[in-house]
Amino acid sequence: MPALLDPTSELLPAQREALPRPPSLSDKRVALLDISKPRGDVFLDHLEAKLGDIGVDARRYSKPTFTRVAPVDLKHKIASECDIVIEALAD
Amino acid sequence: MTAIPEDFTGYIAVVKRDCDTCRLIEPALQSAAASREIRVYSQDDPAFPAAIEGVIDERALELSYRLNIEIVPTLIQVESGEEQARLVGWQREAWRRLTDLPELGAGLPEFSPGCGSKSLEPGMPEKLAFRFGDTVLQARRVEVASQQDEHELMFERGWSDGLPLVPPTEERVLNMLSGTTRSPTEIIGIIPPDKAPCTIEKVAINAVMAGCKPEYLPVVLAAVEAACLDEFCMHGVLATTYFAAPIVIVNGPVAAQIGMNWSHNALGQGNRANSTIGRALQLVIRNVGGGRPGGVDRSTLGQPGKVGFCFAERERDSFWESLAVERGFSPEQSTVTLFAGGGVLPIGDQKSRRPESLTRSLALSLKSVYHGKIYGNTDALLVISPENMRVFRQAGWSKARFREALDEALTVDGRDVQAGAGGIAEGMPPRLAEKRLTKFRPDGLLIVHAGGGAGMWSAVITGWGRSGAHGSVPVTVAIKS
Repeated sequence: MPALLDPTSELLPAQREALPRPPSLSDKRVALLDISKPRGDVFLDHLEAKLGDIGVDARRYSKPTFTRVAPVDLKHKIASECDIVIEALAD
Repeated sequence: MTAIPEDFTGYIAVVKRDCDTCRLIEPALQSAAASREIRVYSQDDPAFPAAIEGVIDERALELSYRLNIEIVPTLIQVESGEEQARLVGWQREAWRRLTDLPELGAGLPEFSPGCGSKSLEPGMPEKLAFRFGDTVLQARRVEVASQQDEHELMFERGWSDGLPLVPPTEERVLNMLSGTTRSPTEIIGIIPPDKAPCTIEKVAINAVMAGCKPEYLPVVLAAVEAACLDEFCMHGVLATTYFAAPIVIVNGPVAAQIGMNWSHNALGQGNRANSTIGRALQLVIRNVGGGRPGGVDRSTLGQPGKVGFCFAERERDSFWESLAVERGFSPEQSTVTLFAGGGVLPIGDQKSRRPESLTRSLALSLKSVYHGKIYGNTDALLVISPENMRVFRQAGWSKARFREALDEALTVDGRDVQAGAGGIAEGMPPRLAEKRLTKFRPDGLLIVHAGGGAGMWSAVITGWGRSGAHGSVPVTVAIKS
């Protein structure tokens, strides 16, 4: 596959940067996404409790299987209901 | 860079098997090779001509590209690496003279034209320019991972206006640059809002993505140059909460040369040049300038023309001088005019057959531009259709006569449009109540002829609410090759 020529002013690095971390979780709803790998739920249970302690609204979601990308419906549901996603990636 | 070694003296023959003439002259090449230093390059099959030993594999076409081979067979006489003479096709007497072999090609016809060189097959010149050419593209390379879809990559990087883009590969960008004689490194403007210097190369990349042909590039370049003029105020046109976008009007011979549409649906979709030239300008502003909706582009509602809005004036059968001629250019010059425009407002008058009536009709719609009670702050572009133009032609009204009558029809008593009048808070300041007010500032109404032959429709393209010296002034620039 040939490389593409950058059409921009190149004022930003070529590597895409992660979005900035939110300065605060207040007024944000957090999605806790379980990708269905073993013990992901343990990690997310802890996080949910911690977030609850500081008054953050967290909701649980899970992928049917970690072997495939998330179904579109699930992505739409998370995007329309939450501001931030925390994903439990590894077992 | 030459493809011939400095120490070579002799002959170069370029041939291909897929050419009747090349196969015909195989015996002549064989007999020449017996007594002359001759290097035979075969473009499609290194086993051809079979009678010649040491045929050079020219399938990469590098020598053909570097020596500008157009026809095979081509015979070139070389002395110490320098070309002395060249023959194309088979010309028996000329080959005999050039090789100084009086019996060469005995039994062959006197003349047989050759075939096109493989280096000139469709798409090949661009590929060879990419492989062997001297143009070095400066832009950063963005690698596409093996499992990545290049189209999705472009969306993800934010390069798109929301529609698919043509991937800007080096080959395509080099091909696009063939549309201009200007250097790719030339900086043609500082693009707002990021005030980023913009090279011809960057414009070419965005023109590729927009779907332009190389022949459109000079028009795109002129549009970018016009957008960078201070008086056009592109930053403001972008940043306003209003509907404004740079609308590109093309005048002059280039419109027909590149197949632009000035006829049916001239303001709409369906013509590649119209659709992609306007889009390329917007992509330059987006990608080089960094101007994006929700960022510096603060338009409250926007309008479909912000994807790109470009059309040509219908000059051929127009009764009036064109927009460009009115603005000081000759009819032979190709120009781009940029107008900071909002949306299209249709005007329907099916009954006016006299110019006086039609002028008042057009004025009625023009008065509604921006707001029916706001005068003097917003320009407009009036697009007169052929059927409406006919009314003026039949009455012998020049453009100047029409403008004079239109100005009169667009002039009102200040008190009728002052703030509060008619129970509407919006309007002109009360201090102007005793004045006569004209809808448009001087030079603030552009008039062009466009559209299909049938239909008593004209249109107003409304200007930006900050037209004139305190905002945007329409600009016209000549298109350079």
